[in-house]
Amino acid sequence: MSAVAKTYNDKVVRQFAIMTVVWGIVGMLVGVIIAAQMIWPQLGEGISWLSFGRLRPLHTNAVIFAFGGSVLFAASYYVVQRTCQVRLFGGPLVPFTFWGWQAIILLAAITLPLGLTSSKEYAELEWPIDVLITLVWVAYAIVFFGTIILRKQKHIYVANWFFGAYIITIAVLHLGNSAELPVSLWKSYSAYPGTIDAMVEWWYGHNAVGFFLTAAFLGMMYYFIPKQAGRPVYSYRLSVVHFWALVSIYMWAGPHHLMYTALPNWTQSLGMVFSLILLAPSWGGMINGIMTLSGAWYKLRTDPILRFLIVSLSFYGMSTFEGPMMSVKTVNALSHYTDWTIGHVHSGALGWVSLVTIGTLYALLPKLFGKTEMYSVKLINTHFWLGTIGIVLYVVSLWVAGIMQGLMWRAINDDGTLTYSFIESLEAMYPFWTVRLIGGGLFMLGMFLMAYNVWKTVAGARPVQVPVPQAA
Amino acid sequence: MNWWGNLWGVYTLILLAVFLGIVWWAWSAKRARAFREAAELPLTEDRPHNEQPPAQSKEARHE
Repeated sequence: MSAVAKTYNDKVVRQFAIMTVVWGIVGMLVGVIIAAQMIWPQLGEGISWLSFGRLRPLHTNAVIFAFGGSVLFAASYYVVQRTCQVRLFGGPLVPFTFWGWQAIILLAAITLPLGLTSSKEYAELEWPIDVLITLVWVAYAIVFFGTIILRKQKHIYVANWFFGAYIITIAVLHLGNSAELPVSLWKSYSAYPGTIDAMVEWWYGHNAVGFFLTAAFLGMMYYFIPKQAGRPVYSYRLSVVHFWALVSIYMWAGPHHLMYTALPNWTQSLGMVFSLILLAPSWGGMINGIMTLSGAWYKLRTDPILRFLIVSLSFYGMSTFEGPMMSVKTVNALSHYTDWTIGHVHSGALGWVSLVTIGTLYALLPKLFGKTEMYSVKLINTHFWLGTIGIVLYVVSLWVAGIMQGLMWRAINDDGTLTYSFIESLEAMYPFWTVRLIGGGLFMLGMFLMAYNVWKTVAGARPVQVPVPQAA
Repeated sequence: MNWWGNLWGVYTLILLAVFLGIVWWAWSAKRARAFREAAELPLTEDRPHNEQPPAQSKEARHE
């Protein structure tokens, strides 16, 4: 066995982990800018590539695929090597996934502000970039599953099941939803017509939530919470059952994004029923993660990293309760097209995805650079409170805003005319949008603290070569 | 009734049976040992894969 094969490939993990912090700040900064544009619409006026319609897809792509994607590459590569006790398979394919993914992000950051878009939500990138995504994703699958096949451990740890489901499903979703007819280098049209296109889009969109932002991050949770708590997961049986329930049910929940549209009514009802059922497997994961701490709750008092991880699960539980509730048709009649949806998304994206990501990075980065802990544990604690308060301000303000919008839009006078004009409902939003901007700003401030803390931890540190444990 | 109406009903029952089968499999006594070993993987990753694990203290587990 060569000397290299005896060590873990942590270089690619380090690269993706550092880029997670960078893209997190970029994506959230764009988010803060567009939140400010809601209050001051004249911001960036006259500059087409700073307009809301172009920056919004840049924000969503940056936080989901650049920030979220980078940490998932880092975590899945780290976890699959450690739990299989074998170096990453794939040789040059491994750096190709890193540089390829960064190239995709850069291309997105250029084309989206230029207005080059396929206009499908969360899949705005035009067809040449879609092709590149496919190549990188196939390489990712070869690296990940190749490593699983070469594993020295008998069992495939549950985290790898979640990562595996995410890699396979994202491939299927991307190929299915991005079927398009190119007419020029930067213009294509969807292969699907009208309502079918909408249904395919939300089959993709909701499963991007289900597999990219849920299953994959649960995989992260299933490794890093037991690791940080120093205890095995609460119930391995529950993890197996809720895994299969989650991956089977998520597939059918997409139509809840299209309530009261041209979609056939039975399809809408089907989407609602599956969304309601989804509560059970979602909470299975939350309970399993939180209960892993049972008998060791005191660790929350002293370990801010564990606090990030556990609070992220609380937000996960909250938003996976809220989601099924909002998919109930009568609730959706009030909530749809309002800011309640944006609040819901951010309680999941900031509360669950970002907090579990941040906790993971604080646990992972010192190990990758041969340190015992981050430069400042105190700053981790400050970051935790800035982030949590930021999320609460953000989510609560948009709950109030969304419900108020919904009520104002549906208010009808005795003679059947609308009580409020649209502009009146818009004017009523300013106080809430201001609180939202402050909340988002606090969260971003926390990310700057993190960047400083990471810089002080990493600067001058020598990357360590970790040997794969060898049988005596 | 259309024949495919019956088909969907049968299909739903099959899926229900598959799910109950997974639950039964996960809780069967035969799996207990394998699941316990698997659950320890993140905590024993520094030990070579074919080395016997030292006896775990009871309180570290949730069983």
